[in-house]
Amino acid sequence: MPADSGPAVSGPDSRGPDSTGAISRDEVAHLARLARLAVTDDELDVFAGQLDVILGAVARVGEVAAEDIPPTSHAVPLQNVFRPDVRRPGLSQEQTLACAPAAEEGRFRVPRILGEEQ
Amino acid sequence: MTTTAPALVDFDDVLARYEPTLGLEVHVELSTATKMFCGCPTDFGAEPNTQVCPTCLGLPGSLPVVNQAAVEAAIRIGLALNCSIAPWGRFARKNYFYPDMPKNFQTSQYDEPIAVNGWMDVQLEDGEVVRVGIERAHMEEDTGKSLHVGGADGRIHGAEYSLLDYNRAGVPLIEIVTKMIPDTGARAPEVARAYVTQLRDLIKSLGVSDVRMDQGSMRCDVNLSLSPTGSGVLGTRTETKNVNSLRSVERAVRFEMQRQAGVLDGGGSIVQETRHFEEQSGSTRPGRRKETSEDYRYFPEPDLVPIAPSAEWVEELRGTLPELPWEHRKRIQEAWGLSDEELRDLVNAGALELIEATVAEGAPAGEARSWWVAYLAQQANMRGVELADLPITPAQVARVIALVAAGDLNNKLARQVVDGVLAGEGEPDEVVEKRGLKVVSDDGALIAAVDEALAAQPDVVEKIKGGKVQAAGAIVGAVMKATKGQADAKRVRELIIERCS
Repeated sequence: MPADSGPAVSGPDSRGPDSTGAISRDEVAHLARLARLAVTDDELDVFAGQLDVILGAVARVGEVAAEDIPPTSHAVPLQNVFRPDVRRPGLSQEQTLACAPAAEEGRFRVPRILGEEQ
Repeated sequence: MTTTAPALVDFDDVLARYEPTLGLEVHVELSTATKMFCGCPTDFGAEPNTQVCPTCLGLPGSLPVVNQAAVEAAIRIGLALNCSIAPWGRFARKNYFYPDMPKNFQTSQYDEPIAVNGWMDVQLEDGEVVRVGIERAHMEEDTGKSLHVGGADGRIHGAEYSLLDYNRAGVPLIEIVTKMIPDTGARAPEVARAYVTQLRDLIKSLGVSDVRMDQGSMRCDVNLSLSPTGSGVLGTRTETKNVNSLRSVERAVRFEMQRQAGVLDGGGSIVQETRHFEEQSGSTRPGRRKETSEDYRYFPEPDLVPIAPSAEWVEELRGTLPELPWEHRKRIQEAWGLSDEELRDLVNAGALELIEATVAEGAPAGEARSWWVAYLAQQANMRGVELADLPITPAQVARVIALVAAGDLNNKLARQVVDGVLAGEGEPDEVVEKRGLKVVSDDGALIAAVDEALAAQPDVVEKIKGGKVQAAGAIVGAVMKATKGQADAKRVRELIIERCS
């Protein structure tokens, strides 16, 4: 029972548009929450409409692509690009933390983490 | 927050009404020199944020490149677990908001894992074998380490802020996921432990990880569900994390069985959630509700090209697989004529490899075994360290054994030599030299000591002369005492008899 088993990357998404193509306000709200975006009620309607248009356009690709065309994720026909297991110089602690808004004890300091625990 | 939890159900009562189904996810940190996608070091315990670079910090403009050694390790693990190796696969981004990954996503394999559909035969203590199916083994990267400040016990709950160290972010991880393990009944806790133990031994034998649960280089998540006996309906599972020792694996399974039965008996339902194992109490507490898979919005990693291991490469790697640890043990057991119990004791004491290494240095198996399980085990015990952490090498033990065999040391002196080595006084020969521990078998020195002892005990001399040869023991003892144990006892006895006849 893999924790991450679910639909394939390229497979159907249960939250995607249904056969009528309409994306609901609830779905927009859910996506907004996942992206940590504060979206107003009015915007939910606006984005629902806009996302519908985008999804409709993307869906047309599916109509054109025949069975013999595999889904494409990479534009460059390359595979097996590897790096030998050899160390390379990185950044010092000082360099690493130079742009951090806050740091403490050699570590990045971040605000309280709410809601989730890994 | 949590409401009052239903009482735990007695383990035997759980089994009377429910069937457990297990699933185990084990994360193994590879011991490659560098991270999964960049050339940063992976050393444990370095100063925070000193093993980082723009790639593992997720800085704009940086690009990941896959570590070939990590792919090889993943394939070898897959092969050792009887998996098929995927001829083509991509990495994916697992998106989530949590500061342990500075990129805001973890690069992982999703629906195209490198190894699928294998198995491992797990042997239980009484010899019963349970075949555990392997669903998949996939490559991913570890996350950074968070330190939560201001809350109780370093937990997030109640913390004021958190501190992040990204040294571990990007270290190669292999996640090994079992298929559902049904029908283990009362043995579920034992099966879980035996599986993790055997997996640890297997990966150690491959030399791809140091698999130290105490240092987090091997971590286990326990999935467990209960279904009413005979119902054939799979129950809702929980996933228990933070299970950091073999014993905890067993305890976590047992606890979840007892807890879930309590909830179900009370008419409640199990919530699909992540729970945390509490080492102290042996219990689990709820963590976050699991996000559904879609919520991670996986998509193919555009910055990494697909991995397509050729059949030749896979076969080449198959050729590098060592003898499996359990087959190896079986061979040793037969070669050394050990009973099952003796073998198990050696394995549990962590002595098997040390004895083998000592034998490889030329010592007879019997003596090598006796040193490691008796005197050295005592020393380790007294010092409170693992046998392997004693400051003596198998080569040094083999040298001591050789000195005894050559008659240069007796057992008592040999122990003093070992003490010297343990005390950091150098190699066995140096200790012999410095402490003057060689057996005295030179007749000149011995005759003087024998004559002195005989003169001191004329009554014993009479007994020996009268035919009571066993009385010579008293004289031998006196000579040994006078020579601080360094006399060759056999030669001393011969001299006594000679001089009394």
